[in-house]
Amino acid sequence: MIAANPIVELKSITKRFPGVVANDSISLKLHKGEIHALLGENGAGKSTLMNILFGLYQPDEGSIEIDGKPVNIDNPNKAIEYGIGMVHQHFKLVQPFTVTENIILGMEPKKGLSLDQKTAANKIKELSEQYGLKVDPNAKIQNISVGMQQRVEILKTLYRGAQILIFDEPTAVLTPQEITELMEIMRRLVAEGKSIILITHKLKEIMHISDTVTIIRRGKVIDTVKTSESNPNLLAEKMVGRNVTFKVDKQPAAPGETVLSLNDIRLMRKDGVSVLNGLNFDIKAGEILGVAGVDGNGQTELIEVITGLRKADQGSIKIHGKEIAGSTPRAFAESGIAHIPEDRHKHGLVLDFSMSENLVLETYYKEPFSKRGFLNFDTIKKQAQRLIEEFDIRTPGIGTLARSLSGGNQQKAIIAREIDKNPDVLIAAQPTRGLDVGAIEFVQKQLIAQRDQGKAVLLISFELDEIMNVADRIIVIYEGKIVGEVLPEHTNDQELGLMMAGSLAVGGHGHE
Amino acid sequence: MNKIVKIFSGSIIVPLTAIVMGLLVGALIMLLGGYDPLLAYQSLFSQVFGNLYDLGETFREITPLVLTGLAVAFAFRAGLFNIGGEGQFIIGMTAATFVGIKITGLPMIIHAPLALIVGGICGGLWAAIAGYFKAKRGVNEVITTIMLNWTALYLANYIVRHFLLLKGQQRSENLQDSASISIQWLSELLGNARMHWGTLIAVLAAVFFYILLWKTKQGFELRAVGLNPHAAEYAGMNVGRNIIKSMFISGMFAGLAGAVQILGVFHYQSVMSGTPGIGFDGIAVALIGMNHPFGVLLGGFLFGSLTYGSAGMSFGAGVPPELIRIVIGSIIFFIATPGIVRYVLKPLYAKRKKEKVL
Repeated sequence: MIAANPIVELKSITKRFPGVVANDSISLKLHKGEIHALLGENGAGKSTLMNILFGLYQPDEGSIEIDGKPVNIDNPNKAIEYGIGMVHQHFKLVQPFTVTENIILGMEPKKGLSLDQKTAANKIKELSEQYGLKVDPNAKIQNISVGMQQRVEILKTLYRGAQILIFDEPTAVLTPQEITELMEIMRRLVAEGKSIILITHKLKEIMHISDTVTIIRRGKVIDTVKTSESNPNLLAEKMVGRNVTFKVDKQPAAPGETVLSLNDIRLMRKDGVSVLNGLNFDIKAGEILGVAGVDGNGQTELIEVITGLRKADQGSIKIHGKEIAGSTPRAFAESGIAHIPEDRHKHGLVLDFSMSENLVLETYYKEPFSKRGFLNFDTIKKQAQRLIEEFDIRTPGIGTLARSLSGGNQQKAIIAREIDKNPDVLIAAQPTRGLDVGAIEFVQKQLIAQRDQGKAVLLISFELDEIMNVADRIIVIYEGKIVGEVLPEHTNDQELGLMMAGSLAVGGHGHE
Repeated sequence: MNKIVKIFSGSIIVPLTAIVMGLLVGALIMLLGGYDPLLAYQSLFSQVFGNLYDLGETFREITPLVLTGLAVAFAFRAGLFNIGGEGQFIIGMTAATFVGIKITGLPMIIHAPLALIVGGICGGLWAAIAGYFKAKRGVNEVITTIMLNWTALYLANYIVRHFLLLKGQQRSENLQDSASISIQWLSELLGNARMHWGTLIAVLAAVFFYILLWKTKQGFELRAVGLNPHAAEYAGMNVGRNIIKSMFISGMFAGLAGAVQILGVFHYQSVMSGTPGIGFDGIAVALIGMNHPFGVLLGGFLFGSLTYGSAGMSFGAGVPPELIRIVIGSIIFFIATPGIVRYVLKPLYAKRKKEKVL
């Protein structure tokens, strides 16, 4: 199936940014009908390389050949002309527009002076059927799921005649079911003669779907291997540059007294839908309580309620026996709750603040960071330097804007800030979302270390593996209610999956 | 040294080039209209710097523009768009006039500052109304501040007509002398130009702006709320209260602008048929100054001197003074589109780079 001549060849691409060499003489061959994975940690240079191929950046050295002919791709339109399409990690869609309107945006088919949407919609429908995408061309983007939105992005490239598709971290935002479906779609695409470059740091997916893997570390190609001749451990080692264990090392928990307890928490959304329906649970000191569940079953609201961002309609939240329901987020924080938020860009960081400002985002008002209303820049600076060193946050400096850091380092900064507050309860919402193996290991170790210091840790995650590996006790949330409580050593993915789907209730807290 | 180079290449060069490009666009339009741009700019320049009186009057023109510019820039830094500088300016004027006329028997050292402070506070409260609606009800401040501009205008006229009117005139009585912030000796020095302490107040206000926003705890909150209200709320800051505070401080700058015009320049208040426009000009000044307090000082200087100089342009070269608005508009356009300016500067940078390599 793989032709002898590569369809795309990158030849010793070098790209320098002030202070870093993002790509150091990278060469890569993509064959027709192949899924070629690009594996590397956050900030290894994968995205830079693909942005060069897509014409967003110009290489400082090196050349690109398509079908054996050297080409100069100096803007994305050129890339599209050469049949290259990119499915971005952050979708570039206009929310109130329909699928068709989004797809034709920028190359609207015209009939005289008016827009010919019908022909476009038909063509989109055809493409959608051909590749099994099941997209409704007339649906509005704001009304369809994230997985569907991604398919619209895929359709956008196909509509423009893409032969080579670049997927940038496509599974970061998807649920497990959606990931399986995406894999199907990718198989279908290559079966129809397309070629795919898959940027990812998820080894499972690479093993599952790719034909070839190129591993990049710190801007350099470490190796290119056939997937069938490799294994996850080997790949992880090449990616991180050291041995990585997938088993999380931890001692059995030694739970102490109850620290945080929720009783009959109820919450109705503004549109009248009731999202939390009488939640009860306790977290003890020295344990990690995992909350498993499919996205959208009340997790976000639960987090908002236990951090004070939203007031529950009913129910009590007690920390060390003291009622705190209804107080402000700051009161929650001061009573010992720290929070690693689900959406680090929206809630975790002020992206246009410097690292040092972000590292004191919640403590700026206290001594020694403020005195008599004025900020004390010396102590803020020292605090930033200390946290950056302790948590190995890779940043050019404390004055660097949070925006310019990689996702893993942004997350490290948030974790550093939260843990340094020395909280009694640490709420970690999707703490490893979008992170690479090395960073995941770091985050999980930190959570366990907190537990071992006697902190109560609440881990909310959509990744079953993470819950199973890290949590000491698991509760399952379904439609705003705890439908079961299990111990990780006494359960399996299947049982949890059934509980998450609402068709099984197990354990003490089950209500039905 | 490196830092200086960085400041210059990063933040000064682009706006300076934008100004030059704006002047060039103005020149081009003058040429199209059959005027002599060189003569026009020459007359503009000599109108501003030609003699002491005009120099003084130029500063008189600049002063309120700096203050309303600061008002817009401050709100912007806190993530708000205050288009109500106009209304806050009028309220500041009226409050200062009221205090200046109605309160009697105070020594100058108390009366004048009191009128100023009341003017500033009333301007701030006026803006805080919009802030309150935004914080409590999510009403867009752009809408409410514009509405409040008209409310302010008619309220001011009502107050002047009913409480402060000079019999038979469409204006208030004169302020008491103790409320004046004019600087007599400086005016005499500068050919009787209307000089007043407001100019110094404007400079101090810019310094206050800078310190408050970048050196204090409160400023940290205001900036965080402005850049990312979600993260600010998550970090325990009270977003609503900060919105009201920023609107208050913003309005205070505009209110001070109104107060210094009354206390330093006019010494009475007319019944107005329309809004004076200085609040709106503040938006342009803030844009030129890129919402930085010291940028606003420079932006106010540019805007004020161009405006004052435009009269000279019309005497000296017959160019309609409105043309200066095109120049200012073009400058704002180029500042708002740094891409275009960098494109123009590109050959310059390339050359410099080459020299470095050699």
